[in-house]
Amino acid sequence: MTIGLSHYLTVAACLFTLGMLGIFLNRKNVIVILMSIELMLLAVNINLVAFSYYLGDLVGQVFALFNLTVAAAEAAIGLAIVVVYFRNRGSIAVEDINMMKG
Amino acid sequence: MALTAGFFYLFAALAVASAAMVIMAKNPVHAVLFLILTFFNAAGLFVLLGAEFLAMLLVIVYVGAVAVLFLFVVMMLDVDFAELRAGFVKNAPVGLIVGGVVLFELIALFVSRGFGVGLAQNPGAPVAQMGREASNTQALGLVLYTKYVFFFEVAGLVLLVAMVGAIVLTLQHKANVRRQSIAKQVARTPATGVEVVKVPSGGSVIPAAEGRS
Repeated sequence: MTIGLSHYLTVAACLFTLGMLGIFLNRKNVIVILMSIELMLLAVNINLVAFSYYLGDLVGQVFALFNLTVAAAEAAIGLAIVVVYFRNRGSIAVEDINMMKG
Repeated sequence: MALTAGFFYLFAALAVASAAMVIMAKNPVHAVLFLILTFFNAAGLFVLLGAEFLAMLLVIVYVGAVAVLFLFVVMMLDVDFAELRAGFVKNAPVGLIVGGVVLFELIALFVSRGFGVGLAQNPGAPVAQMGREASNTQALGLVLYTKYVFFFEVAGLVLLVAMVGAIVLTLQHKANVRRQSIAKQVARTPATGVEVVKVPSGGSVIPAAEGRS
């Protein structure tokens, strides 16, 4: 059985759904939510690279590269915010993050 | 071909299973380690797709930097993670319903659309040239540094801003630590730096300390 584009898209869909489910399940833990966002970005990258391969178009890989950059920046900033928040409040529970009454 | 299919199923199954463990692990350190396993298997999938450079980048950037950053933060924060899992079972049904619906819709879309046959190819697109005359890295560089050089620079700028932002956020000035203030030293003038004390004869005086600090 040959592996087609649908197979890769299905794997990416599973990863994306697991990332979304992670946000639902670990609603209180900011760190696991950040990890779930990383999983969703990884699923998007798999989609981009799979389309790049099956369409013979290298631009998908270029875009995946930029995606990787943004994901790394997002993780760094997010973790820095978590560290600062923990230093100020002594907790990282999501329901405690309500100082701005948003 | 059968070998490729076997490796695809191996990498895909391991990636999905370890992603499930990421969101279900009780210990967040285990979650980060399963995240690393997911990234490794995704890198394997990238190699199967002929994107060797992105696969190595995934291993270096994600496993080497981002996952280790997560590991540092998880280990550094003294948080009771068992308490944070309180709503896990309560939130599970609605999460499973929404996730199941999204997964069903996505897979139904792929199956009904029938990707893989008659895809519209872009004839002007840069070819990946996988395994023929140029390597994937070379082909990517030829495109990235010519046609997309502006976006490449912007990506570098994004990383710079992220780095400065993370440093500014986490930098803290402790009040009881005495640091050298170069601006203060340079701004000293003879008027502020020198204190002339008239010593009366037959005695001594202790100069005021605050004027000389």
